[in-house]
Amino acid sequence: MIRTLVYTALSGTVLFSATAAANSYKTGAEIQQYIDTLTEMGFPAPEEDQLVHIPPTMEDLEEADIHPKLKQTIRRGYDLFTNTQQLRGENVFNNMNCSSCHLGEGRMPFSAPIWPAAVTLPDFRGKNGHVNSLEERIAGCFAYSMNGEPPAYGSDDMLALSAYHQWLASGVEMYPKQDIYGRGFPAPDRPEQLSYSNGEKLYQQKCAVCHSEDGSGLRVDNQTVYPALWGDMSNNWGAGMVRIFTAAGFIKNNMPLGQPNSLSDQEAWDIAYYMDNQERPQDPRYTGDVEETAEMFNNFHQHSMYGKDSAGDGGLLGDHENTGDKPFLKPFNVGVPRNFEGNTD
Amino acid sequence: MRKLSITLAALGLATQAGLAQAAPEGDPEKGKQAATMCTACHQADGSGKHVEGGESWPRLAGLNAEYIAKQLHDFKSGKRQNASMMPFANMLSDQQIADVSAYYAQMDATPGQGGENASEAVLKRGEQIAERGDWSEYVVSCKSCHGPDSRGAGATFPGIAGQHAGYIKAQLKAWQEGSRSNDPQNLMGAVAKRMSNEDIHAVAVWLANQSPVAE
Ligand code: HEC
Ligand code: HEC
Ligand code: HEC
Ligand code: HEC
Repeated sequence: MIRTLVYTALSGTVLFSATAAANSYKTGAEIQQYIDTLTEMGFPAPEEDQLVHIPPTMEDLEEADIHPKLKQTIRRGYDLFTNTQQLRGENVFNNMNCSSCHLGEGRMPFSAPIWPAAVTLPDFRGKNGHVNSLEERIAGCFAYSMNGEPPAYGSDDMLALSAYHQWLASGVEMYPKQDIYGRGFPAPDRPEQLSYSNGEKLYQQKCAVCHSEDGSGLRVDNQTVYPALWGDMSNNWGAGMVRIFTAAGFIKNNMPLGQPNSLSDQEAWDIAYYMDNQERPQDPRYTGDVEETAEMFNNFHQHSMYGKDSAGDGGLLGDHENTGDKPFLKPFNVGVPRNFEGNTD
Repeated sequence: MRKLSITLAALGLATQAGLAQAAPEGDPEKGKQAATMCTACHQADGSGKHVEGGESWPRLAGLNAEYIAKQLHDFKSGKRQNASMMPFANMLSDQQIADVSAYYAQMDATPGQGGENASEAVLKRGEQIAERGDWSEYVVSCKSCHGPDSRGAGATFPGIAGQHAGYIKAQLKAWQEGSRSNDPQNLMGAVAKRMSNEDIHAVAVWLANQSPVAE
């Protein structure tokens, strides 16, 4: 059930050297099949010495030799991750589920699989300038991607979500030294020119059938089928997806649904650029002045259209007080520093 | 009884079938008359029939009117091919297509057939494919396009819960073989091509056992 391997390529042949994982019985052939499926779908094969991990599935959980209470907790975490809308109005104020961006229940390579966070945190994060725990990382996606208010640290829901992340990382060593295969939403090379009008045309051809012409997506019976790409029901201006390279990486690797890597790099970037030129709820770090906020968080917003003039007809992007359905600007976790400088080494 | 205004944009026909004019509004009363030539296969109550080992007839009752109309236009134009069905589509005018579509759409959906004897293990696999997919094979869950409980999402993504197992299987195989390719952007084809025969069977029987409407 635990399949963690360091993948080594040697003069065209592929060698596997299994890292010591006590309960590992995934064979090299099974890992090869997993990688073959990915390469068939147009993803790159692992590079030399990359860490390849196939996270366990919910079927594996049934069989797992762990306490039944822990199984229940992990199942609850899975349920929250794939149906985060059950927290709507409390922790979530848009149409997203965690799995709206982390495809395949948070397990898919190239769709920001979530297990790496469980083995690489606590660590320093540039985004908020301090050392973050796994709970803080999850809280980050609530504050920005879900345009919400995270469940309290240590709460049942937070525990369940962390347990699900950690379970997916089963068998991987803490703080692995190798680069992780398929982590994040790797962006294709940025083309020289980005075209708003080409992005718009492609969006209408390839994406609107699901996400609708105005980007608002589709809900049926109060459930999200197609999440909103912009507008009030989408992620806010502080979410990672507003960086054009992140969106380009997401789109290239995952969209249209079921047809990853079907767009050219230029197409993925143009659509991402078009998407990022539309309005969405205010960044929770907003100071009251969009240009000031963009400047203050320039390491992030240099990659987004926030605080810049829309290439379409949107005017100055992010210049508003609109927080979408969320009746406040700043959730409890935003702008809270940590500092250990008082402690001497 | 509701009348339906089927717009070009919603049908997605403007580019797909190259239609130049807006589709007419459907009248279910008139549709009922036109449907008399359909009952031999699709049955008077629109339930269709699962035919084990033969060609199944899809349930039409309760399907989305725009979806039904699109299929009839596709049969007529040859974009979708089927020897049993095409002669009947060819008999229908654009107005009659709108009318029969409105007629079948307002009928009460009937239960799916053909999943009665499936084993528990097969049904469990079918449920997994429909509800969660199998991402290690890059098979996307059916419900991520066909909506909650796979009961349909808008005019483009038809309800498949409570459809007959034989029909579901035949369609998935047709997409695999390339003999059905009238879906927008190859959305359905890309999924079907990744499925094994076992998974096609499993998902078909599981879906046939599900209720087509919320209970
Ligand atoms: C709008 C899209 C979106 C949604 C919705 C979303 N995330 Fe994320 N998530 C991202 C992006 C973008 C990243 C950063 C990926 C990267 O490193 O480039 C990320 C990263 C993460 C990571 C870190 C992964 C790593 O490699 O360390 C975790 C954990 C995570 N998200 C959990 C969640 C949880 C839990 C939820 C639901 C509460 C959620 N996300 C909802 C977009 C999203
Ligand atoms: C067949 C329907 C379909 C098509 C076509 C499609 N998507 Fe998606 N998209 C989805 C679904 C479904 C999700 C959420 C994943 C899930 O819930 O499993 C999603 C998620 C997303 C997300 C992350 C969530 C969000 O709202 O920001 C982005 C960004 C996105 N799609 C962009 C695109 C772009 C750009 C295109 C066109 C190149 C596209 N999609 C085409 C169905 C589709
Ligand atoms: C001789 C039997 C027969 C008759 C009569 C018949 N059909 Fe069909 N119909 C079929 C079969 C078989 C299919 C499935 C075709 C396929 O496999 O692609 C079908 C498919 C359809 C579909 C597509 C359903 C879907 O879910 O995509 C529609 C709509 C339809 N028929 C409408 C009609 C109408 C309206 C009439 C009367 C004017 C009619 N049919 C008469 C056999 C028949
Ligand atoms: C990426 C989106 C997508 C996914 C995922 C998807 N489908 Fe579809 N499916 C479609 C579209 C779009 C159509 C309508 C095709 C048309 O307009 O002719 C369709 C049509 C169908 C039909 C024909 C229905 C009818 O009445 O004729 C069947 C059967 C079907 N899908 C089964 C499935 C099954 C089973 C799964 C899961 C394994 C699945 N689909 C997953 C997009 C999808």
